[in-house]
Amino acid sequence: MPADLLIRDARLIDPATGHDSRGDLYVRDGVIADLGPGLGRPDGAEEIAAEGAILCPGLVDMRAALGEPGHEYRETIASAALAAAAGGITTLAALPDSDPAIDDPALVRLLRARGEETGSLTILPYGAVTRFCRGEELAELGLLGEAGAVAFTDGARAIAAARLMRLALSYARGFGKKIVQHPEDPSLALGGAATEGALATRLGLPGIPAAAEAILVARDIRLARLTAGAVHFAHVSTAEALALIRRAKEDGIAVTCDTAPPYFDLNETAIGEFRTYAKLSPPLRREEDRLAVAAALADGTIDAVASDHQPRDADDKRQPFALASPGGSGLATLLAVTLAQVHSGALGLMRALELLTIAPARLLGAEAGSLARGAPADLCLFHPDRAWQVEAGKLPGKAQNTPFDGRALEGTVLGTWKAGRRVFG
Amino acid sequence: MLDLAESYVLLNRSGKTQRDLLRGRTLINLFFEDSTRTRTSFELAGKRLGADVLNMSVSTSSVNKGETLLDTAATLNAMHCDLLVVRHDQSGAPNLLAQKVDAAVINAGDGTHEHPTQALLDALTIRRRKGRLEGLVVAICGDVLHSRVARSNIHLLTTMGSRVRVIGPPTLIPAEAASLGVEVFHDMQAGLAGADIVMMLRLQRERMTRGLVPSAREFFRFYGLDADKLGFAKPDALVMHPGPMNRGVEIDSAVADDPARSVIKEQVEMGVAVRMAVLDTLARGPGNAG
Repeated sequence: MPADLLIRDARLIDPATGHDSRGDLYVRDGVIADLGPGLGRPDGAEEIAAEGAILCPGLVDMRAALGEPGHEYRETIASAALAAAAGGITTLAALPDSDPAIDDPALVRLLRARGEETGSLTILPYGAVTRFCRGEELAELGLLGEAGAVAFTDGARAIAAARLMRLALSYARGFGKKIVQHPEDPSLALGGAATEGALATRLGLPGIPAAAEAILVARDIRLARLTAGAVHFAHVSTAEALALIRRAKEDGIAVTCDTAPPYFDLNETAIGEFRTYAKLSPPLRREEDRLAVAAALADGTIDAVASDHQPRDADDKRQPFALASPGGSGLATLLAVTLAQVHSGALGLMRALELLTIAPARLLGAEAGSLARGAPADLCLFHPDRAWQVEAGKLPGKAQNTPFDGRALEGTVLGTWKAGRRVFG
Repeated sequence: MLDLAESYVLLNRSGKTQRDLLRGRTLINLFFEDSTRTRTSFELAGKRLGADVLNMSVSTSSVNKGETLLDTAATLNAMHCDLLVVRHDQSGAPNLLAQKVDAAVINAGDGTHEHPTQALLDALTIRRRKGRLEGLVVAICGDVLHSRVARSNIHLLTTMGSRVRVIGPPTLIPAEAASLGVEVFHDMQAGLAGADIVMMLRLQRERMTRGLVPSAREFFRFYGLDADKLGFAKPDALVMHPGPMNRGVEIDSAVADDPARSVIKEQVEMGVAVRMAVLDTLARGPGNAG
């Protein structure tokens, strides 16, 4: 058990309760024992002077690929944990389209255990919807859930067949679990490398129409209504899909969604003259779509912000654009890029932190993301204005494939604690 | 560049050479995609300027294309070549290579992106015949979606003040083509009306297997250039084609071989002159380029 800890004079923000005030936070035996103004110094507690920096719950990242098992050359759990801690993330939901896919209860338990071994990161595994994430037959959703899978998804791969999606939504409902969809019609997206439009036309790149996202979102909303199942759309990137989701929520359908920082911070022009680090899936969109995503963070259409961390190594990316592997690393930049929306005035600070902590925790049914007394002391201390510059090659962890290379950001993590133990800073 | 190319046309026709210009320089034709025409044209251009010319054909059928590309770049760098002419089936491949090699890289066609020397030779051909580029109506017809020739020509000709139209079935016109500064037509009669130049594009067979057009005969019926459709253009309109032609698919032989209308052979001649001008400009070094 780590030494007791008193973090003094922080701006305590807990989006779970809306609490925002200056005060101290006391950690005893790895749990939050007390918080409030002017706590006395308990005997033997280590004292940290926060000097007004923000102390919030450790971030909950609801979508990240780990590279392990199967792609250790891209990222290992150890290196992902390092990057996560540097980014203030203490809980992370891991995608199942690894090699092997997480389609067996033993693999779910293994990932949970591997997370515990890091000592800094709780890994919440997603279970595969289909065996091998191949999109053919359902995996053992019940057994996966029993082993600790928080929800089901085929990761970067869309569940394409309507009948299969219907079955998955229907069956998962029996276990009270969500189906997380990569909303992109595979036949429309086939071979595509960039958002269809003027830029892709000029660069001679095969396009993916924005309609590929809207079509699958529309279909799955209808299937959620048919089955009364719960669908969650990952990394939503278009205005059109967001309008459909907004409408479905108004209609009382069990639909939720997240997005990732590239979709509210960058637009398609980031691919410039064939910059493969900005090749993502879904592709970066037009400026109108970026603005719509940013607005949907504030108005509640988007329920959470996830890193959508997709580690790639240099060989995956040093290719002609259409052949390069899509995906960007995102753990270390999750907080600061989200804070850019706060600095621009588009988003309130409380809402921004809610999207990164309690909101994803609730979506996953995870006990995390709050500063409640008695909760594990998973904490993130950050300076909201301190600037730094993203530099590919110098990010924590193994995956350096950031789409934000060169971006100047305000918001620096000063310290991260997992169950009261300092894991960063 | 066109003026410099013009001087090389005259030089080539006079039978003289200028073999000291690139003496001691090495030009490598690095072709990841077959193209006898373009490769030969660059080879001839290089040799006429006195360069040592090497041809490298690299198969792109190997498993890891990207690795081949960068490995090749490293190899070429070690050989200290001066001019690298690259043809690749992927858009942006020459950009990637240019970041990794010290040589001047010339794009000889990349995927569906650009084919700059083709556009230059087309512009030279047009300017020699019509005396100008500005104000001319140029209709580019057929598979615009997959055509690097179309993209480069649109870029160059609109810059030079021509009015460019594209004509083709909607499935072969890229998204938001109008953003390139062209007028879009799906009907040859309407699109060719008043055209000074009719530029046909090659329709590749695999486009049909991908279902973008149902059959070659249907394509020819609606978009193939024959004497009847050419009649919609101006009486003195010129017919161009970057080659190689699919006779009976996008162009009828009677039109392609009509010496009064077709300048297809002249395009080939201009190709050598334009490439000499490009090599000349680049070989003078970055300080003198452009």
